[in-house]
Amino acid sequence: MAHDSGSRSFNLKVMLRDERFWKIAFQVITLVVVFLLLSFFLSNLNRNLIQMGRAFGFSFLRNPAGFSIGESLIRYRPNDPYWRALTVGLGNTLTLVAAGIALTTLLGTAAGVASFSKNWLVHKISRAYVGLVRNIPLLLQLFFWYFAIFGMLPNPANQIGVLGLAFLNNRGVYIPWASSAVLAVLGIAATVGAAIAAFYLWQWRTKIRIETGVGGQKQSIALAVLGLVWLAIIVFGMNWTIPEGIEGGGVTGGLRLSREYVAALTALVFYTSAFVAEIVRAGIQSVSKGQWEAARSLGLHAGIVMRLVVFPQALRVIIPPMNSEYMNLTKNTSLAFAIAFPEMYSVSTTTYNQTGRPVEVFVVLMATYLILCLLITLVMNQFNRAVQFKER
Amino acid sequence: MTTVTPDSFSSARPEVVGLGPVAWAKKNLFSDWFNSLLTVVIVGIFAWGAVRLTSWAFTTAQWRVIPNNFGLFMTGTFPSGLYPRIWALLAIVCGLAGLSWGVLGRNVSTLFSRSVLIGLGLVCAFIVLFPPTRPSSLKLLPMVALVAIAAAAGRQAGRKFPGIGKWVSLAWFLSYFAALWLIGGGLGLTPVSTNDWGGLVLTLFTAVSGIALCFPLGLLLALGRRSALPVVRWLSTAYIELVRGVPLVALLFMGQVMIPLFLPVGSRPDRILRAIIALALFSAAYLAENVRAGLQAVPRGQNEAAMSLGLNTPTTLGLIVLPQALKIAIPAIVGQFISLFQDTTLLSIVGLAELLGIGKSILANPAYLGRYAEVYLFLAVIYWLFCYAMSLGSRKIEEKLNTGH
Repeated sequence: MAHDSGSRSFNLKVMLRDERFWKIAFQVITLVVVFLLLSFFLSNLNRNLIQMGRAFGFSFLRNPAGFSIGESLIRYRPNDPYWRALTVGLGNTLTLVAAGIALTTLLGTAAGVASFSKNWLVHKISRAYVGLVRNIPLLLQLFFWYFAIFGMLPNPANQIGVLGLAFLNNRGVYIPWASSAVLAVLGIAATVGAAIAAFYLWQWRTKIRIETGVGGQKQSIALAVLGLVWLAIIVFGMNWTIPEGIEGGGVTGGLRLSREYVAALTALVFYTSAFVAEIVRAGIQSVSKGQWEAARSLGLHAGIVMRLVVFPQALRVIIPPMNSEYMNLTKNTSLAFAIAFPEMYSVSTTTYNQTGRPVEVFVVLMATYLILCLLITLVMNQFNRAVQFKER
Repeated sequence: MTTVTPDSFSSARPEVVGLGPVAWAKKNLFSDWFNSLLTVVIVGIFAWGAVRLTSWAFTTAQWRVIPNNFGLFMTGTFPSGLYPRIWALLAIVCGLAGLSWGVLGRNVSTLFSRSVLIGLGLVCAFIVLFPPTRPSSLKLLPMVALVAIAAAAGRQAGRKFPGIGKWVSLAWFLSYFAALWLIGGGLGLTPVSTNDWGGLVLTLFTAVSGIALCFPLGLLLALGRRSALPVVRWLSTAYIELVRGVPLVALLFMGQVMIPLFLPVGSRPDRILRAIIALALFSAAYLAENVRAGLQAVPRGQNEAAMSLGLNTPTTLGLIVLPQALKIAIPAIVGQFISLFQDTTLLSIVGLAELLGIGKSILANPAYLGRYAEVYLFLAVIYWLFCYAMSLGSRKIEEKLNTGH
């Protein structure tokens, strides 16, 4: 290097041997190649769109949609604009995602914990369920549930009643529900609020009991009162309507869950739960054996050891991969389109077919799913922070 | 796909050595009142389900939909006069599979152990007894023999020429193009339009093509995401995160509708090619994350040691880091391949007649109205067999490569 610093002349040979030069050059080349590729694709796109007479733009979203949608959370008529139709689709996707995540968490955790059961049958069933469901494509399972299970239920004239509270026929499932949408939303909000309050009360009680060894009665009473208030709201405040079978077939009252919705939800829950079960199993296995043995030797019985000692530690390992399972579930709701459930993807393709605007529709679709996945990640990161090691 | 870690506690299979059946049942099924209740309830439900299922399978179900359409399930609307080409393809695959088996097992004392012989016997019995395959058993039985003969030959060759493994890999690579030629025709064979590709053949073809394309792409993306060069890192990260945030159906839709829009006016690649591209671009993003996890698991010291020996970046990666990282990532990578294989079912949504798609069109035939359960169960068994075989294979490779202590 000595002779080099003396002469200020540009030395190509030295530069070519310098790793720093290559690091910069490689990045510049990558940028140029990506830029060229993108501009090639985008100029082609522009030319093709102009040739088709459809310049890029989202103003078409204000045009009347002109197609009807089978089920909807919000009021929708065929001459409403496209953006409203897409909102209906998003609403339907959200109902699938919300119910799907809740049920998947329950079933998946149950199946994961069941694989540690002392009962040989329960253990084997859990393993067989995971091995069977994970190796069959979701779309096939979806068709199976829709056509071969829910499609083969009796017609409304011979519908199946469940304890006089719910009805099943080949048009869907009928369950008791609040008499108005506002009440239903209030009920769900009350449930969520009560759950959060109960969680913090419980933590407070545990903290007091850990610190002083006694006490916590006040918190227990508060918990009981909270539970009673919630129960009162749910039982008396919701103005329940119970589905009633009509003479000759059909149902009035209650909430009708369409066959499409029920089949999509069942397939998604069964499929995703198998993956969640594996995550939960791996998480529980990651807790060292000594923790289990120490808790047992303190005289706690197996159920309590699982709930208070092993599971909280397993959560650290469980939560990060759960995030990606919830995201998979969200993205997989788009398959419900194949059985004609009007969710986001389904409404989007109808919009594309009617307007012939693939690029705009795809941008809307992509943005929607990206935002949904991002929201899930945000929430899960909060949970993750809550269960991580509190290191000093 | 998660790694199978050894059972660590309570759930571990109970030791049954020296336990009589009654004692075993008492320990594992009726240890306390709750377990006993659970056992009784489960057995009850299962007995009821088994009775219902058997009565359905032998009375209500009409299984003739399977043997009547077996050709459609396997090859779609491929012209039946050209079936010898598919048989030739199957023969190539069987021969190569046997050869690889022989070469890999060249150091095993007996290639045809008792369990392998029983397995082969079961396959032969199945071919002769299963109604859909019975008509072509005269072609299928020689295939089984071919696998066995090729295995024996491969073992001999493997012992004589230790370097033959590379040539077998090359033969597999070339067989892909042979498959393309045999299915699609051209170069002296009658061309078959891609509209007539279908069934299991199309499923396997798209899955293999997708896997072959997504692996190098995913590898590059993973290396890019771990790169020290900021531009490369940002671009790879952006690609991976964008693709992972979008459902595959949406990407396939884009593949079908938008790839022609992104290309010069008038050029329109074949729709199977478009589907394969979309499938590979999608899986590559997920594969990249699996490989990245493997890369992160390689200790930093390996990299530093290689650098201090004077290796440059490409040789460090290729000779030191990647072999270790890929070994760690094998279960996850195979898991990704399995989900790619399952994802080929989505091609039926964009109008390709792969296995599920051909099932849908058979069900649309008025002669087989309402035979959903039969067809979907049959398809489920096929998919399950392939996926299970893949995960079994991954476990075997893992065992073989496991040089740790």
